[in-house]
Amino acid sequence: MHNTNQVIKFVLIMTTLVALTLAGLFTFLKPVHEANEALYNKKAILYAVASKLDTPISKMSPEKIDDIFTNSIDQKVVNQRGEEISKEDVIAAGYKGGRAEDVNIRKEKRKSDADRLLPFYTYTDSKGDKSYIVSIVGNGLWDEIWGNVALESNVNTIAGVAFDHQAETPGLGAEIKDNTSWKNQFTGKNLYASNGDFKSIDVVKGGSKGGPHEVDGISGATITADGVAEMLDRGIVYYQPYFEKIKK
Amino acid sequence: MAEAAVAKNQGMTFGKNERKLLVDPLSTNNPITVQVLGICSALAVTTGMKNSLVMAIAVVFVTMFSSLITSALRNSIPKQVRMIVQLVIIATLVTIVELTLKAVSYDSYKQLSVFIGLIITNCIVMGRLEAFAMGNDPYRSTLDGIGNGIGYGIILMAVAFVRELFGKGELFGYKIIGSSSEYAVNTAADGSWMGWYQPNNLMILFPAAMFVIAVMIWIHRAWKPQLVDVS
Repeated sequence: MHNTNQVIKFVLIMTTLVALTLAGLFTFLKPVHEANEALYNKKAILYAVASKLDTPISKMSPEKIDDIFTNSIDQKVVNQRGEEISKEDVIAAGYKGGRAEDVNIRKEKRKSDADRLLPFYTYTDSKGDKSYIVSIVGNGLWDEIWGNVALESNVNTIAGVAFDHQAETPGLGAEIKDNTSWKNQFTGKNLYASNGDFKSIDVVKGGSKGGPHEVDGISGATITADGVAEMLDRGIVYYQPYFEKIKK
Repeated sequence: MAEAAVAKNQGMTFGKNERKLLVDPLSTNNPITVQVLGICSALAVTTGMKNSLVMAIAVVFVTMFSSLITSALRNSIPKQVRMIVQLVIIATLVTIVELTLKAVSYDSYKQLSVFIGLIITNCIVMGRLEAFAMGNDPYRSTLDGIGNGIGYGIILMAVAFVRELFGKGELFGYKIIGSSSEYAVNTAADGSWMGWYQPNNLMILFPAAMFVIAVMIWIHRAWKPQLVDVS
């Protein structure tokens, strides 16, 4: 049996060693982690316009992705009144770098509507055609879901979507991120009815009839799929005033 | 602590007993199919083979080093706090795995993050520390750790093989069988010999892991009747 002093000594030494080891490793790997995160973020934005890129994103080198971001993508931060936010104001809001890609859409969800910063990207492809990418955020079954939606130059037809999630069930809710054929359904659907009213996209349980505003649900993931529909419905509305500006 | 008797002879020899430590957990003393430990993570991560492989490697790393460290410290760990000390050792190793994975393969980290953290609660790791590493020398404990980690890993891979192949028609994310031209066996094509097959979504759901593991336990016991619990 060890006496109390020995136990305390053992625990103190062990805790110190463990703390130093982990803190050291964390500090050592931090730059790598940050670079990985930034790259992951950029890829998530590019996945929305995947159909317009000449090489698949999974085969792109980090340099190539950076290159696309500097040369083919124009980033802006707007608010829900349709005004552009200056770089300084974005930095003041707590995002080092001040670009749209630095804005954490999940943090913005906690702010009031009027204060929300909305990232907005314009991608120009090799032929000079423009597509617009907006970021949206909502709730899935277990936690938040978010994503990027690319719109054609008519600011109506969806060119592609990319969703991500915090804790949806693999194989069920997580399909919103992993299932390519499910995501491809969104391509070509319209956000606005022919008379100009905002209709968004419905996720239809039991299968869509192929209308311009509906896609199939995911079996076993009704709540997550409904979350996607609601996220689209609410998220796009924030951008509406800015869309009006672009159309002019 | 029946295993404690195994390592009577000391030294770095690799004899019959050491081989037993390494090989037994792969079959006759498998952590999942025989000891029925670590089932929770086996249910969760086995929807795809890639995730299962990363998870298996992570668990082998943790069982190996936690056994080594615990065994090396076994005489100086105060008995009053030994469980907490074991837990700290495991948690440290799991955090190292998590930080490393985040740096090396960010995509796998994103997919597995919750489950990597849950290795801490994986009964296999702590079970081996209590049952073996606390009473044996570091060399044999390490072998035992590796053996149990791999024993867990192969079952994980086997379950993932069945679930991913029949559930998604894929293996390691490569499309094998399904109704699209992207698949190696295109079941949509007329007259195809596998034309009747449709990926079964049930295999992706958690209940499928339950019965796949159950069937494996059944097969394992039919093959090795000495494992059948007669009581």
